[in-house]
Amino acid sequence: MANITLEHYLLISSILFTLGVFAVLTRRNAITILMGIELMLNSCNINFIAFSRFIKPPTTVVAGEVSLAIEGQIMALFVIVLAAAEAAVFLAIILSIYREFNSISPNEVNTLKG
Amino acid sequence: MEVSELVFYLFALLTVVSALAVVTLPNVVHAAFSLMVTLFSVAGLYVFLQADFLAATQVIVYVGGILVLILFGVLMTSSKLVMQVNIEVSKWQMFGGIVVSSALLVVLLLLTFETPWNVLSEVVDSSDSTVEQIGIAILQKKFLLPFEVASIILLIALIGAVFISRTEEQE
Repeated sequence: MANITLEHYLLISSILFTLGVFAVLTRRNAITILMGIELMLNSCNINFIAFSRFIKPPTTVVAGEVSLAIEGQIMALFVIVLAAAEAAVFLAIILSIYREFNSISPNEVNTLKG
Repeated sequence: MEVSELVFYLFALLTVVSALAVVTLPNVVHAAFSLMVTLFSVAGLYVFLQADFLAATQVIVYVGGILVLILFGVLMTSSKLVMQVNIEVSKWQMFGGIVVSSALLVVLLLLTFETPWNVLSEVVDSSDSTVEQIGIAILQKKFLLPFEVASIILLIALIGAVFISRTEEQE
């Protein structure tokens, strides 16, 4: 396993993030846009965990503090929590838009109340 | 090359290929199922990074929760069984998307390979589970407040989702 370095993980997460951005930019369906956002969040998680595993911790570590490896994993855990909350609200909004406009294409949802 | 490296490259390839399928397949249901493959193989990468608890959480929350939610969304918003989505992506939009995302990819790759990362000289592989360390860090050390805030955010999202998606009472 010594040959697998930080750059390998960063390469994977760069590709994932780019694909997520591409999905958000070109897809014409709100649900596939949500999938693109999930891809981006996953690539951020890979980065968090990879950095916390490979980067040298600061030398001024206080004894008894949380280790860097665990800190990165907890950050990724919070990202997963926020992704779950975001997906729930996103789908509620999509349902309500579908009921109103009978479509979930972002191009057709173009009227404001007022 | 060791077996574990081969497995790592397999997971990496699976992640990239299935993510590519997510963004290119015209059918939303197919895209959702290849998103499942992506999420599973990202969980595999977490295992390689010694994050066993996160890998389990990824499978339970993403595959068991968010993906099912996405499939529900697909089913409730499609009038036909087979749903063609990329109906009219204009050429300019496609072109712009390709240009912007490949420029982003170039920038990210340059950053990745040009930065002198301050990496550990020796990465230790331990077979200890991280569950205990994460639990102690969250409940006894400095992550207690973020943990409580996260639970409040989940409650707010729950109430908000119910409030937004309810139907108006006919009076």
